[in-house]
Amino acid sequence: MLPAARSSVLRAARTQLRRSHPIAVPQYSAFARLASTFAVLEQKDGKFQPASLAAVTAGTKIGGSITAFIAGSGVKSVAEEIGKAKGIEKVIYVENGAYDKGLPENYAPLLVENIKKGGYTHVVAGHSAFGKNLMPRVSALLDTQQISDITAIEGEDTFVRPIYAGNAIMTVQSSDSIKIITVRGTAFPAPETECGSATLEEGVDPKAESPTEWISEDLAKSDRPDLGSAEKVVSGGRGLKSKEEFDKLMPPLADALGAAIGASRAAVDSGFADNSLQVGQTGKNVAPQLYLCAGISGAIQHLAGMKDSKVIAAINKDPEAPIFQVADVGLVGDLFEKVPELTEKLKA
Amino acid sequence: MSSLRILVPVKRVIDYAVKPRVNRAQTAVETANVKHSMNPFDELSIEEAVRVREQKGHHTSAPKVEEIVAFSAGPPKSQDILRTAMAMGADRGLHVVVEEKDALEPLGVAKLLKKVVDENKSNLVILGKQSIDDDAGQTGQMLAGLLNWPQATQASKITFKDETVEVIREVDGGVETLKAKLPMVITTDLRLNEPRYASLPNIMKAKKKKLDKKTLGDYGLDTELRLKTVKVAEPEARKAGVKVEDVDGMISKLKELGAL
Repeated sequence: MLPAARSSVLRAARTQLRRSHPIAVPQYSAFARLASTFAVLEQKDGKFQPASLAAVTAGTKIGGSITAFIAGSGVKSVAEEIGKAKGIEKVIYVENGAYDKGLPENYAPLLVENIKKGGYTHVVAGHSAFGKNLMPRVSALLDTQQISDITAIEGEDTFVRPIYAGNAIMTVQSSDSIKIITVRGTAFPAPETECGSATLEEGVDPKAESPTEWISEDLAKSDRPDLGSAEKVVSGGRGLKSKEEFDKLMPPLADALGAAIGASRAAVDSGFADNSLQVGQTGKNVAPQLYLCAGISGAIQHLAGMKDSKVIAAINKDPEAPIFQVADVGLVGDLFEKVPELTEKLKA
Repeated sequence: MSSLRILVPVKRVIDYAVKPRVNRAQTAVETANVKHSMNPFDELSIEEAVRVREQKGHHTSAPKVEEIVAFSAGPPKSQDILRTAMAMGADRGLHVVVEEKDALEPLGVAKLLKKVVDENKSNLVILGKQSIDDDAGQTGQMLAGLLNWPQATQASKITFKDETVEVIREVDGGVETLKAKLPMVITTDLRLNEPRYASLPNIMKAKKKKLDKKTLGDYGLDTELRLKTVKVAEPEARKAGVKVEDVDGMISKLKELGAL
């Protein structure tokens, strides 16, 4: 009896103390309102997708705490791995195979439940196929206007994003209480993944049914670096004339440089290269150290996907091709001679 | 399969071949006296809807298309692109007149579309995956969320099978196949089809098709904007590059720039 009574007295005293102190806080909360970011991370077949950590980097720039979220079958170990990334305070994971394929019909309600529960001010995901498909649905369910594909953060509510295929840069200020954002991966480098020590917590699982059924996938297999995050990219266009020439010239050049392979829309439409290699407004955005392209004229839509590359080099036989206006190094010449020569000299 | 009542939202945007210019006040992109046309992804949506109807002529198992409604929320001139949509094969047009200064955000458009879907009893909405001006890529997914319908985004192939719709989607690194039942929302990717050109007789016929004009007020929507444009700027120009004479020149220049 006695210890119980004592502890309750203590508790009462503590409560009193607490009440007498911190009332001042709300007075400056108008500008000190703490941001808390919910970073939606991706996994595929139980493997963490490090590119999605760009969301964490964005969270770091917003300031405030960062909670990472991951869902799928057997994701507890993935959650532990994520917890090592710098800046993450907590990892919320939901173990359920229903979320493996990232179907937005059940994934969106899952996110909504967890976002509401944690009262986050910002929700950030990568502007990947997964993020593009899912986040607008989440935004609609939360009645907020999403901000897509941001490249910079100017303040807690102010973000920068390219419009018109990157021909204009827009700064917008959001008045929504929850800001839903997708980030351009190349604009937010992934954080260090060795020094963090986040806590793990199981999330809520509303177990919504998905009316959509995932049937199959067909992914291009490649040992080369991932196009979206490669340090070097070699890219071919219509000038390569055929799939045979594309396959004969581009892979050896890519190998000589340790580069990923990209393509222009013209090359993809003509069947020279797979759709997933398309660089541009409607394909992938890349910003490698070196973007070396051959047989690409440089249409607005293509430039949209690569003009943030550190160094751009172009080989084209047309000296008037628009690509030369953005290229740091331009070589006017026949790519069927120049590319093999370049490949040989790089190997040497 | 139940018959299809297809809604195809289209948007009037600056033509894809025009290089947009930011206005002097840095508040927006200059749109006056600039060539406009239908958002390229929306052309694919109309084309796909019309092809579904045409399939019925070849396969009896294909779903019957009861109606294809082209919709646009935009300035008075948006009716030009609705006429184009009708010349490509849409049955009628619905234009919600919204002046440029009051342009809706994707969430506003999605809310409006939800009402239009209800009003027209649509059971399939085909939208472009993004508009090439704002590049947001949100409206279709938002609409699916508001309706609580299945969604298949970035479609490169749509097949109707018995009671279900199978969609091949373009994803990072390849494609995936999904299956869902109607009603649903689909957004189009470039690889879905090649849009037809409207022939002159069809352009003439389209002039006689019904085009309803409405206002936002008719739908009783709160379309207060959530995002304020602080500034629109030109992207940073890249420094002028150099032309080299030969492959050796290219390699040494790349080394100099630290790219090799």
